[in-house]
Amino acid sequence: MSRISEETVNKIAHLARLSINEQELPEYVTNLSNILTLVEEMSQFDTKQIQAMAHPLAMSQRLREDKVTEPNQREEMQKLTKFTEAGLYLVPQVIE
Amino acid sequence: MEWETVIGLEVHAQLATNSKIFSGAATAFGAEPNTQACAIDLGLPGVLPVLNRDTVAMAIKLGLSVNAEIAERSVFARKNYFYPDLPKGYQISQYELPIVKSGYLDVILDDGSIKRIGITRAHLEEDAGKSLHEDFSNMTGVDFNRAGTPLLEIVSEPDMRSAKEAIAYLKTLHALVRYLGICDGNMQEGSFRCDANVSVRPKGQAKFGTRAEIKNVNSFRFVEKAIEYEVKRQIALIESGGTVLQETRLYDADKDETRSMRSKEEANDYRYFPDPDLLPLMVTAEWVEKIRSELPELPAQKRERFQREYELSAYDAAVLVSSKELAMYFEEVLKHTQAPAKLVTNWVMGDLAAALNKANLDIATSPVSAEQLAGLLNRMHDNTISGKIAKEVFEALWHGAKDADSVINERGLQQVTDTSAIEKIIDDVIHANPAQLADYRSGKDRLFGYFVGQVMKLSQGKANPEQVNNLLKEKLK
Repeated sequence: MSRISEETVNKIAHLARLSINEQELPEYVTNLSNILTLVEEMSQFDTKQIQAMAHPLAMSQRLREDKVTEPNQREEMQKLTKFTEAGLYLVPQVIE
Repeated sequence: MEWETVIGLEVHAQLATNSKIFSGAATAFGAEPNTQACAIDLGLPGVLPVLNRDTVAMAIKLGLSVNAEIAERSVFARKNYFYPDLPKGYQISQYELPIVKSGYLDVILDDGSIKRIGITRAHLEEDAGKSLHEDFSNMTGVDFNRAGTPLLEIVSEPDMRSAKEAIAYLKTLHALVRYLGICDGNMQEGSFRCDANVSVRPKGQAKFGTRAEIKNVNSFRFVEKAIEYEVKRQIALIESGGTVLQETRLYDADKDETRSMRSKEEANDYRYFPDPDLLPLMVTAEWVEKIRSELPELPAQKRERFQREYELSAYDAAVLVSSKELAMYFEEVLKHTQAPAKLVTNWVMGDLAAALNKANLDIATSPVSAEQLAGLLNRMHDNTISGKIAKEVFEALWHGAKDADSVINERGLQQVTDTSAIEKIIDDVIHANPAQLADYRSGKDRLFGYFVGQVMKLSQGKANPEQVNNLLKEKLK
């Protein structure tokens, strides 16, 4: 039995701003359902006594000095997109 | 039914660093769009955030000054949501293990009483960019200069019971971050932003009501008005049979109302998890102690010292320490004058504050320096001039005069304290007003004030008022 409906996949795709076509839908339904099944399997284990691991490496965060090291790179960065205006990056409108 | 308001505040203080929290891009305000947004801020693939040491030091400073615990180990987490001004699709923040937890701030209320407001936590996080919705046909423009700017989010307990208390807390916190030098406190530029969680409950009920979160309030006055509006709205809603929804509301200053905000997306599950790009942040006890030893005198300590050393009321002291610059000015005046602290307080909080307010200036840009004001108060204190003349001298100093002494000398404003000179004036006044004199002597005591006025007028305000009073009493008998 599918744990995720086609409708849910479409909704997730919409929220993530991903476009998927009808043919791909069944594959996503299966894959995402399998992930949920795996999580379900994992949640059968009692982990109450185990402290959550924040990071697999037993090291602490390195800190950097508060210095400006990155100059203005706008021109270079904006070559990566076609959509700019007045120095701004343009994206599809988010407020009607 | 009698209602009780419950308020908790979340303050975002922008930390006064040169560079961003996870990148070496600049944080200066007002730069051309996207000129301070590097690959890390733009969330390009393959970049690695590295934490700015000063942001950690600033969080520790705040934590120590609100009597909080500094976590030896804290963890950065990803808060996931979709919005174009958040290029990575997540904000790096702290969730389960913040750097600062369980503190409190003592706040002086208007009546001089002290209220303790709990501080649940304070955590480090990055700011998002800015979306501009105008002028781009069917597109939204995004400026990422602000993306990655360090923020300290300071979360209070729901301990406040009125808009006034909320403002008192906010002002106290605002003064504190500025004393510490960790935030410039500029509310117009968004360096100190406040979200208010507001709910109401029947007085006496232990359980909190459903709260609404008000966003987008950028001045103390608006925070107060937004809360007052929201409280009225919720009470009216409940009393008419409705229920308060837990939602985010926006304050519209032009209309003086809050209204429901369109939800950013349908889902509101941030799916927090530890950021694998950042290792746990470890803070050593030595580092904390070093920062503790370098803390400046904090507003609360300064207030207590002012009360003790200068014998000021709690209220006066609280006003004077409300900004570091004002407190410095006050003490600078005291350094240069023999006048009592109370007189200094009255002038700094009275005439000077009023003049600054009227001219829309703050104490740091006062046209009358502390030394100049001290010079003026010295002449009042040694009776060279009266309080009335002092106002005239102050006016001259405000408009560029060098010092009080030169104004007094040039304009001949010295108070007349020579008894015979004052007697002469009194005699002239009595002589010129025979009818009033007769009335006074027949019992119209109130005419005494008339005579004082005439004498002061004839002396051009320079006669010593106390002497005038005493001498007049004698002469009119």
